[in-house]
Amino acid sequence: MSQPTFYVSPEQQVKDRAEFARAGIAKGRSVVVARYADGIVCIGENRSKSLHKISEIYDRIGFAAVGRYNEFENLRVAGIRHADVRGYAYDRRDVTGRMLAGAYAQLLGAIFSSVMEKPYEVEMVVAEVGPTPEKDEIYRLSFDGSITDEAEFAVIGGASEAVGDALRGTHSSTSSAADCVRAAIQALGADPRGGTDLTPDSLEVALLDRTRPQVRKFRRLTPEQIADMIREPEPTKPTRRRKAAATAAPEAASATPAPESTPKPVRKRRASTEQSGD
Amino acid sequence: MNTDEMTRAFLADPTSSFTRFVGRTSPDLLPSAAAGRPNQDLSPTATTIVAVATSDGVVLAGDRRATMGSMIAQRDIQKVFTADDYSAIGIAGSAGLAIDVVKLFRVELEHYEKIEGAPLTLDGKANRLASMIRGNLGMALQGFIVIPLFVGWDADHGRARIFSYDATGGCYEETGYHAVGSGSLFARGSLKKLYSPAADIHDAVVMCIQALFDAADDDSATGGPDVARNIYPVVVRVTAQGATQIPEAEIAEVTRGVLASRSIRPDGPEARL
Repeated sequence: MSQPTFYVSPEQQVKDRAEFARAGIAKGRSVVVARYADGIVCIGENRSKSLHKISEIYDRIGFAAVGRYNEFENLRVAGIRHADVRGYAYDRRDVTGRMLAGAYAQLLGAIFSSVMEKPYEVEMVVAEVGPTPEKDEIYRLSFDGSITDEAEFAVIGGASEAVGDALRGTHSSTSSAADCVRAAIQALGADPRGGTDLTPDSLEVALLDRTRPQVRKFRRLTPEQIADMIREPEPTKPTRRRKAAATAAPEAASATPAPESTPKPVRKRRASTEQSGD
Repeated sequence: MNTDEMTRAFLADPTSSFTRFVGRTSPDLLPSAAAGRPNQDLSPTATTIVAVATSDGVVLAGDRRATMGSMIAQRDIQKVFTADDYSAIGIAGSAGLAIDVVKLFRVELEHYEKIEGAPLTLDGKANRLASMIRGNLGMALQGFIVIPLFVGWDADHGRARIFSYDATGGCYEETGYHAVGSGSLFARGSLKKLYSPAADIHDAVVMCIQALFDAADDDSATGGPDVARNIYPVVVRVTAQGATQIPEAEIAEVTRGVLASRSIRPDGPEARL
């Protein structure tokens, strides 16, 4: 192994590592995690039927990731273990998205700043569906352990800026799951690396469905269910509006959401904390 | 211990504590030695579980009584649970350990399913439960025995199956029906007369309620339906559509029907010769 023979400043080291991780993540197709009236939808382009980007972690908590498969698969399994041990030792309600996102941030931060390891080339989302829409949480985590709390939706992967810009005008957290999925598919088309022929077979869609009677709210959709969902012009489920939106703005929840129907500016970051401060 | 050994022990032992010294030389003199003896009164005992399989599914039911010796420890304990989407588990024996086994077993199945992205096969689940019961063998020898009854829908074979266990972790597949727990002798005798391979899942629910009634009739540790307090058996149904606990109102209705027929013929339906 070659020894470094010259001085590299910490700033340069961090910059190099971040550049390396970003380059790896940029190869991945984007995944959208967005709120809808009855929960949270995770949707991404994925041509594999068995290598998932979206997964269940616990009763109310879902996971989505892009980047190097073996690395985010490790993180996914670690998250399931963390959640299951916590839920077994205490109670199922003691497992929260906030706790899990914090643990992931610690882990990613430690790996990023360790000189002995290469940084993980992953970007991920931990989402928790609450008993009411106000309690929904979406945390976006970066390769360096930085964590962001997203109010409406999160986009991860190579073209996250382009997809996020496309989604900003069309997404509404008070719309139905079908509307939300349609808007997300359209936005994923903004990814220049892919998204040209997004058929139900090439999509991975899962819901964290608040209305599901079971304790486990995560539900993966089959290609047939995705096709049914995006074909129907009118959703079968009645759209339920957010309480805050209902009191603040009395206009009807519509399939074509107007930007002013949301109580606060779309994609406003509620809080952004660095891993060290969390 | 002979005198010579005793003398050397007196000289060699460095402790100034009498209790520790006696514990090393004559442990049977200490009151704590009794802890190793079987003492089933430490934890309440859960009693009778019955299962009936038909061509379209399987029904698992348990009474609601837990006992400590001759005392009723709890009137409305739950001993039958859904294990995952396509299986259910009922437990008889030491209640504290048994409920923990169920809790661990449910996490075990869910954990596997989440990590692997696919559930275990029904045989895999049954074997996993067997090794968990075997892990409890030490406690079973102390008197804290846990005996489960496991049922599920086997999607690979397209049929419902019943598995019974012994304290050493032996796992045995049963045909048609089975019962475990203190009232199981009477419940099994009852099911033997009531069971028919042509029965459907609704008949199976009635069979289970009848069998539990017979168990409660002759076994003091099994609780009968408590109409005054609205306490009825917990019944879980597992079919190709999944495992669900049957709503209490539905069970109350079936139980009232059974009680009405028993008020005419207390020993239950008559078997033809």
